[in-house]
Amino acid sequence: MNWAEFFSMGGYALYVWSSYAAAAVVLLLNIALPLRRRDAVLNALREFYRLKGRSR
Amino acid sequence: MVEIYILIGMHKYASPKTFYPLAGTLIPWLAGATVLLLALGLYLGLFVAPPDYQQGETVRIMFIHVPAAWMSMFVYAVMAAAGAAALVWNVKLMETLASACAPIGASFTLLALITGSLWGKPMWGAWWVWDARLTSELILFFLYIGVMALRASIDDPRRAARAAAILALVGVVNIPVIHFSVEWWNTLHQPASVGRMGKPTIHLSILMPLLTMAVAFTFYFLTAALLRMRNEILEREKHTSWVQELVESRR
Repeated sequence: MNWAEFFSMGGYALYVWSSYAAAAVVLLLNIALPLRRRDAVLNALREFYRLKGRSR
Repeated sequence: MVEIYILIGMHKYASPKTFYPLAGTLIPWLAGATVLLLALGLYLGLFVAPPDYQQGETVRIMFIHVPAAWMSMFVYAVMAAAGAAALVWNVKLMETLASACAPIGASFTLLALITGSLWGKPMWGAWWVWDARLTSELILFFLYIGVMALRASIDDPRRAARAAAILALVGVVNIPVIHFSVEWWNTLHQPASVGRMGKPTIHLSILMPLLTMAVAFTFYFLTAALLRMRNEILEREKHTSWVQELVESRR
């Protein structure tokens, strides 16, 4: 098959590929944000237990 | 007897301490299934499905748009049901599930609105129309935002969960409105082609990528929800010894 033809999507490339790009952004963000949050939570809790241990 | 065992089993897995490692085990499998299904769905949708005789290649937007719209409603139903379960049985795990659903559901709703707009412009000649289907989907987006804002505005996590659950339950009335909007009102949005009893109005080459993407999005939702639930469990259970041991063993 012809790749140039495939990417042109019959002249609707902007609409079709923007839709797939939007989906990619949404799907990646909803994985990346909780993973980043996980690191933040673990760091915060480590600090929390360190302070708690010191005050005892 | 069986019911009692199921209840005991559910109670066991509903404890955050048991659920946390279980979710950790499930996440890689769910993520793997999501990736495989997405790859298959993209292949079927972009290479196998033929262009539509009226809409041409823009019909491929449907393989994102329709599953995203289905998920926007499905995730809302899960969020409301989890909220109701948390209200009735006072299950903390259901509170974290409801809380995890809101941002994911809002994302799917936004994706359905964006892709609908990108499909509407070339086919209808407008990015947006105040059509019943579009308007009720926009209301769904605002409901998700409202639930998230309400939860964020209350410090005590249990009170926040209760308030969010009540708002989510009130908003459930919007779900049948979205579903039936194309039948109740004279809309520009086309009526449903899938799920009409005994009247298949869609060809298999279109139906297969559509269903594959829908299943992929469902596995994706489970993956993303478990990731968020685990974070919230760590935060909310930080005063328990198991979380302290888990955090301190990870240096």
